Amino acid sequence: MVWIAIRMLTGDATKFYGLLFGIAFSTLLITQQLTIFVNLIERGASGVYNVPSADVWVMDPVSRTTDVNLPMPSTALDRVRSVAGVEWAVPHLRAAASVRTKEGDLEGVSVIGVDDATLIGLPRRMASGAADVLERPDAVVIDDVGTTRFFPEGYDPVGERLELNDQRAVIMGVADAIPSFTSQVTLYTRYSRALNFVPGTRNRLSFVLVGAAPGVDAKALATRITQDTGLRARTRDEFARDGVDFIIENTGIPLNFGITVLLGFVVGVAIVGLTFSLFIRDNIKQFGALKAIGVNNAKIRRMVAAQAAMVGLIGYGLGVLGTVGFIWGFSSNPTFKGFYIPWQVPLISLVAVALILALTGWIALRRVLKTEPAAVFR
Amino acid sequence: MSAAADTATAIAAISTRGVARDFTAGQQTIRVLHGIDLDVRAGELTYLVGESGSGKTTLISIMCGILWPTEGEVRLFGTDIYRLSDSDLVDFRLRNVGFIFQQYNLIPAIDAASNAAVPLIAQGMDRLEARERAIELLAALNIAAQADKLPNQLSGGQQQRVAIARALVHQPRLIVCDEPTAALDARSGRRVMDLLREVALADDRSVIIVTHDNRIFDLADRILVLEDGRITHDGRDMPKDH
Repeated sequence: MVWIAIRMLTGDATKFYGLLFGIAFSTLLITQQLTIFVNLIERGASGVYNVPSADVWVMDPVSRTTDVNLPMPSTALDRVRSVAGVEWAVPHLRAAASVRTKEGDLEGVSVIGVDDATLIGLPRRMASGAADVLERPDAVVIDDVGTTRFFPEGYDPVGERLELNDQRAVIMGVADAIPSFTSQVTLYTRYSRALNFVPGTRNRLSFVLVGAAPGVDAKALATRITQDTGLRARTRDEFARDGVDFIIENTGIPLNFGITVLLGFVVGVAIVGLTFSLFIRDNIKQFGALKAIGVNNAKIRRMVAAQAAMVGLIGYGLGVLGTVGFIWGFSSNPTFKGFYIPWQVPLISLVAVALILALTGWIALRRVLKTEPAAVFR
Repeated sequence: MSAAADTATAIAAISTRGVARDFTAGQQTIRVLHGIDLDVRAGELTYLVGESGSGKTTLISIMCGILWPTEGEVRLFGTDIYRLSDSDLVDFRLRNVGFIFQQYNLIPAIDAASNAAVPLIAQGMDRLEARERAIELLAALNIAAQADKLPNQLSGGQQQRVAIARALVHQPRLIVCDEPTAALDARSGRRVMDLLREVALADDRSVIIVTHDNRIFDLADRILVLEDGRITHDGRDMPKDH
C-alpha cells in the first residue's frame, strides 16, 4: 500500500512539486537563516578565536568582551606573571583609531597591539607576508577582509602607507583573520608601537594573554588568577562565549533572525498544509474506496505517513543543498568569510520539517480517517 | 425467529433481521430503514431497486458492512458482521466483499493492472504477484492490452471493466455494484450486465446490484423494490405499477 501511496502522491505532479517546494523553501529559509545567525553571532568571539594560543584572558573586572574593555595599569602584567601555573603572560592592546584613506575619507579601524617579542596576539595564519614583518619600522598588518574595505578587489596592499591617527603606518602584511562582528578594518602592530598609534589615558593595557603551564587546567588557572590579582580571568572558551552572549543580549539580531526562522516555519506549514489538504481532498473518493474495500485505518495512516516522509526527505534534502549552495556560492565574499553550517542547524531544520509534516499530515489524515466508507455510494 | 427463518439464514449469503437505520439532521432523527428482513441467496443476480431517497444506498451499505445499522442483525455467509470488532469487520470486508462503484473510483496514478490488484495488495500479497493475478483477470475481461495504461487513458467502458476486475480479483463471496449502467446507453448497459453475470456470478457467490435503470430489469434473477425504507416487492419481475 505504501507503493500505491507514493504513486498517488507523485502522480499529481503539481501538488507533489508544490509540497516539495513548500518543504524545500521552509528548510532553506530555516537552515540558511540559522546558519547566518550562528556565524554572525560567533563573530562576537572572533577576537578570541584569532588568538588560539591564549589559554586565559585576563582583564579589568568590568571588561566584558574583546571590544568592550577597560584598560588596566601596566603593572597588571607582572601581577599575572607572578601567579603559579602561568607559563607565559603577554600584553595585549585593543583600541579604536581613525585612518585617513587616499581618497581623504576617514575610516574607523581597530588597532591591536601584539606582544613585541613573541607576536602572540597576531592571527595564526598570514594571507600575505610573514609575521616578522612587524619588526620593520611603522609596520602594521591588515586583516584580509579589511583590505576589501580600503582597496579595490585583488589589490595587494603590501607597501601601502596609511595615515593612522595622524601617524605614518605602512602595511607590511595581510593576516588571514576571522572578521569581527562589525567587519571593521583591523590593523595589527607591535604592542609598543600601538601605544604610539593610539592616543591614550594613563592605563593602556586592554588584556593580558596567558598560557597555562603544562598540566595546569585553564579553568583552575583562571580562578587562581582572579583570586590572586583581583582581575577578571576567563578561559578561552568562556571569553568566546562572553562575546557571543554580549551580541545576543545587546542587539536585536536574535529576535530578527528568530522571526525569519518562525516565518520559514509558518510558510512551510501554510504551503504544505494547503497543498496536502488539496491533495487529500482530490483523493478523498479514492481513500474512501480503499476504506470500503477493506484497507484499515492503520494502513491509511502508513500511506499518509509514507507520503509525508517522501516529501519531507526530498524537500529537506533540497533545502539543505540550497543552503550549502548558498554558503559555497558566497564563500569568496568577505561578508561570509569562514561561514560554515554547524551540524545542529540541519538537525533543527529536520525537526522543524518533521513538525510541519506531522502537523499538516495529521490535519489531512483526520479528514481521511473521518471519511465514512459508505460515502463512496453517495 | 421462526424455524423457517432459521433455515433461510443457514443457507443465505446475506441475511438481515430487523435492520433499521436512523440519520440525524439537526434536532431531527429520521428513520430511513424500517426493520428489513431479507435473505439473499448465493448464485443469484439480485437487484435492489428504488427511487432516490428510498433507502437502497443505506441498505446496501449496511448489507456489505460499511455502515452500522441502528437496529437489527446482518449475517454475511453466517457471520454476524456487526458483532465483529472494527478491525475484524474491515478484514472481513477485504476478504469477502468486492465493490463496483458508480464512479469506479480507480486510483488515477497507478495503471489498470495495479488498480485491479488493490485488494490483493491490501491483503498483503506481493505487488508483482498481485499484478500478475490482476492481469489474468483483465484478460478474461478482454482488456489485458490496457493493463499498463493509466485510468485516464482508458475509455469509460474499459475503466468499468478494471473496476469489475478489482471487485473480483480476490475472489470475494459477495459483489456489490452501485448503478453499474447509470452512465451507459442501453446496449452498453446490457453488455455490462451480461459480463457481470458471466464473470461475477457463481454458485458460491452473490451479486447485488443497486439500480433504477429499468432497461436492465429483465436480466435480474430477483428484484427487491424498496420504498420509504421498506421492501415492498420481492420477485423475479418488476411489479406492474413500476
